[in-house]
Amino acid sequence: MTTESTLPSQVADLPHGDLRAEMGIKKQLPARRVIFVESSKYLSATTLLWFMAALYGFPVLWFVLSSFKPSGDLFSYPVSFLPQHFTVHGYIEAWHSFNVGLYLENTLIVASCATLMTLAASACTGYALAKYDNWWVKGFFICILASTMLSTQTILLPTFLVIRDVHLYNNLLGIIIPNVMSATGCFLFRQFFKNVPDDLIEAARMDGANELRIFLRVMAPLARPAFVTLAIFSFVWRWNDFIWPLLVLSNPRWFTLQIGIENLVNTTAEGAGINWSVLLGASIIEIIPLVLIYLAFQRYVMSTDVMAGIKF
Amino acid sequence: MVNHMTIFRRRGPKHYTFAPLILIIPNVLLFALFFVWPAAIGLVYSFTNYTGFGHPSFIGLANYIQLFHSPAFTDALLRTLLFAALVVPLTVVLSLLLATLLVSKYAKGKTIPRIVFFMPWLISPIVNGLLWRWLFGQDFGYVNYIIQQLGGHAVAWQDNGDLALLVLVLAESWAGTAFSMLLFIAALKNIPRVYYEAAAIDGATYWMRFRKVTLPLIRTTTFIVVLLASIGCMQEYPLILAFNNGGPITANNLMVQYIYDTGFDYGKFGYGSAVSFVLLLILMVLAFIQIAINRRREVRV
Repeated sequence: MTTESTLPSQVADLPHGDLRAEMGIKKQLPARRVIFVESSKYLSATTLLWFMAALYGFPVLWFVLSSFKPSGDLFSYPVSFLPQHFTVHGYIEAWHSFNVGLYLENTLIVASCATLMTLAASACTGYALAKYDNWWVKGFFICILASTMLSTQTILLPTFLVIRDVHLYNNLLGIIIPNVMSATGCFLFRQFFKNVPDDLIEAARMDGANELRIFLRVMAPLARPAFVTLAIFSFVWRWNDFIWPLLVLSNPRWFTLQIGIENLVNTTAEGAGINWSVLLGASIIEIIPLVLIYLAFQRYVMSTDVMAGIKF
Repeated sequence: MVNHMTIFRRRGPKHYTFAPLILIIPNVLLFALFFVWPAAIGLVYSFTNYTGFGHPSFIGLANYIQLFHSPAFTDALLRTLLFAALVVPLTVVLSLLLATLLVSKYAKGKTIPRIVFFMPWLISPIVNGLLWRWLFGQDFGYVNYIIQQLGGHAVAWQDNGDLALLVLVLAESWAGTAFSMLLFIAALKNIPRVYYEAAAIDGATYWMRFRKVTLPLIRTTTFIVVLLASIGCMQEYPLILAFNNGGPITANNLMVQYIYDTGFDYGKFGYGSAVSFVLLLILMVLAFIQIAINRRREVRV
């Protein structure tokens, strides 16, 4: 994926070199000087880019390198940057004593079910928002906008009471179902379907197809890119979600990775009591599936068309 | 007939009721059940002394009066606003810088930096908190080790509330950059090259072109980034929980943690709900202020 450059083309790039002199704007630089200025720009921009990458990558790199150290070496001075005695003991311990397998399974169930349901619900709502102008459809659009602000974090106490009253407490469905509605998902599909010409629908209507059939057979298949993008975003959100599992789960049988890891931190005594060796392994195991998904679908995540859609 | 057709065409989709209703009904139900219902009972309970069990009794505005006299609430609120005031500008500057570098034709070898910059988005707030806790550990962290190697003293990243907040600001901005960066990349790519060429002919320096061409043209995106980042900051909880549980003691308890603790640790559901509505009100005011500023600048330009 090459990046199309939109940054200023330099004066030197202009087709008519003499133009600058004629207009008396800038002194015409000798050719060698121009090359020097250009290459110093390459040098400084590239240096800055890689410096920032090093800065951004360092916390993760340090975390990953530490996870391969034996627990005895984690706190030993002097600190070595690279593991001196390479080991995967932390990972094995996390897997056996910390139930990472079970938490992984729960998280996988929650993230995949919620994602599938989010895709269906968002595509339907997004299509209705884009193609029907009943007043109540527009009203619901305002409601979705409002829901971005009225998030669950803000009203978590009454939300907990609702979860308890509808008997979803300590039930994976209690994390899956409330997460199905996604404002971003609705906006994404709304934006997508708005760009599909109405003629297509009109033509199908002329052929006598009913409205829902038009959506399912004609419009939904067109929206494949939107489905893929939302699937990735939604999966990552559900995987990393903390607030809903925190409200819904208290039984370790149903813990997701986030709750499991948090529990490992905050149930032990303050500070050094934390078993960092296990914690590092468990955290890396938690990250790996998402990194794989990201690397496989990078194209869809980084697609700028989609980002334009996310801006409401 | 022709007349009838034009009316039909003009009114168009308004004829359909069944299809749009079926299409939006799942989300309407979810919205009603998990947003409207909790918001409604929350509002009602905020005027009661409800503890989560039994029958609540109506106590009027007592919760609201109490919270404004509570130093713990004021501390949490001010700390949250400070957190947002530090994170939002840092996130905007960093994400715009990275986006500019990634679309610049002068920067070479973008594939790996792009993946590295995006990586934090994949990391959950919980693991993010641990990541920075590990890096800035007081007795074992790499940062303190480097400081000591350079002849300094170990810095109290955990025991000093302000330093802990500083690390949290770095962590939040680090994690929030990726998404904002994508928004900025989309905006930067949409600027027609012609504008820059015209500015270059006028002899504008790089910095002038950035200020006079780029910044005004990506203003809408900047507005969205600021809005999303400030809403996100005001509701941060897991990051802080994993970093040091809002410590030392309660120094960095932000709003959501305060609400959670009043409800689940002290059983004050009525009082906690009142806090929720104050937070909601603040979020709405913040959003309206930002929308108003954005509108006014749009008129001016």
